[in-house]
Amino acid sequence: MEQALDLLALSPPGWGGNLLRGLNHSLQIAFGAFGFGLLIGLLGAYGKLYGGPVTRDLLAVYTTVVRAVPELVLILILYYVGSDLINQASEALGGGRVEISGVAAGIWVLGVVQGAYATEILRGAIKAVPSGQIEAARAYGMSPVLMMRRVTIPAMMSFAIPGLANLWLIATKDTALLAVVGFNELTQETRQAASSTRAYFTFFLAAGVLYLMVSLASGRIFGRIEKWARKGQPSLRKAGA
Amino acid sequence: MSGLRDWLKPHRIVMIALFVALVVWCAFTLRWDWIPKYTPLALQGIWRTLWILAVTSVLGFVLAIPLGLAQAIGPWYLAYPARVFCTVIRGTPLLLQLWLLYYGLGSLFPQYPWIRESDLWPYLRQAWPYAVLGLTLSYAGYEGEVMRGAFAGVGKGQLEAANAFGMPRFTVFRRIWLPQAIQSALPTLGGETILQLKATPLVATIAIVDIYAVAARVRQDTFIVYEPLILLAAVYLAIAGILAFAFKKLEERVPVKTG
Repeated sequence: MEQALDLLALSPPGWGGNLLRGLNHSLQIAFGAFGFGLLIGLLGAYGKLYGGPVTRDLLAVYTTVVRAVPELVLILILYYVGSDLINQASEALGGGRVEISGVAAGIWVLGVVQGAYATEILRGAIKAVPSGQIEAARAYGMSPVLMMRRVTIPAMMSFAIPGLANLWLIATKDTALLAVVGFNELTQETRQAASSTRAYFTFFLAAGVLYLMVSLASGRIFGRIEKWARKGQPSLRKAGA
Repeated sequence: MSGLRDWLKPHRIVMIALFVALVVWCAFTLRWDWIPKYTPLALQGIWRTLWILAVTSVLGFVLAIPLGLAQAIGPWYLAYPARVFCTVIRGTPLLLQLWLLYYGLGSLFPQYPWIRESDLWPYLRQAWPYAVLGLTLSYAGYEGEVMRGAFAGVGKGQLEAANAFGMPRFTVFRRIWLPQAIQSALPTLGGETILQLKATPLVATIAIVDIYAVAARVRQDTFIVYEPLILLAAVYLAIAGILAFAFKKLEERVPVKTG
């Protein structure tokens, strides 16, 4: 036990600092990917609901493929595609090969994956908004952007939050997959610490506790947000359900 | 999706033609000469992926039933551990769980001579028991939560009626409660099974040669990047499609209650 605490100490002989740095990277990537995914999701949901037939079919292909292929495979494909595209662009502009930061690549890769799920969640939430409210906004002559900002998004929030909370948890857990590509997020840092000290059990357990703390804290925070988003609405479920 | 007419709308015909053109272009301009050499390995990999998927889903589901039951009606000393188990499994990445089991337990076990001398030791030194255990626990954790809701959702009146008929408790469970719970959980079950399929490539990180590991090996041997990955994605798409279709058929087979 004492030995384990020494190994997890924050200052250099211990590896605690490395784990926390990894956690920081993981959270940055998760946060960025979640935001990027939300952006794609919002555009995708609008495209699926109001877009033309071609847009709709293309989006259907996107969401179906991304949700059926393992994240690990998508991460590899998107990682290679992304770095190839950037290198080609930079060579076309006369620059050399570009070193891509792990955080940016992780956000791009996971964001595209998250976008597919977010599209479905937001599409469902927008559809759940009573159509009278949107028609009323249109009758007032609101522009589409204003309508989205003032009516659709606030009204759909309470329907979208549970799904988005789940999506955020998936984002934090999916960052671990980036370890396979070699990004130094929490799982990768943990593996390095574990393999150089041979204390595999201690370190993986410690990382598990960190992930669990993030999950539990996120659950609390999203619970609050959901309560806030439901403000003034009659409760849809019985308490405790 | 309904009917041929939907597929023959003008824009769809154009898109399908474009897609076919893309496939043809891929077939002729990309490098596929590595395929014959790796076909036996790939088939073995697909077989292993399917096998792991089937074994862990079935075992996980069997484990999920007591987990769901304990959370739905169990006394606190059963409900609480079940809830903690589900929270821990759902709150940590599967990759970390697998590595904890494989590297963590794998490094702890040799310290105990009685484990090394036991008959199980030859198996414990291989990777697949840890892969199966990890994926099974994960499936059970997610599905336990689903089954909790499913068990709680079965109408109370039905159970009371069964009791009134004088059915023994286990018969009530087997004939009334479990079938209805499974039926109401079936759509989620299909989704979870596809998620489980998407989790199987993680076992490649603990040295099990599934289809993902085969694709990774092609990439390492030949430095061809995109072709094996595209084919790999197509294989997973096909398996996911078949799974979704099978679960849909299964759902249709169960008579939907009327009224």
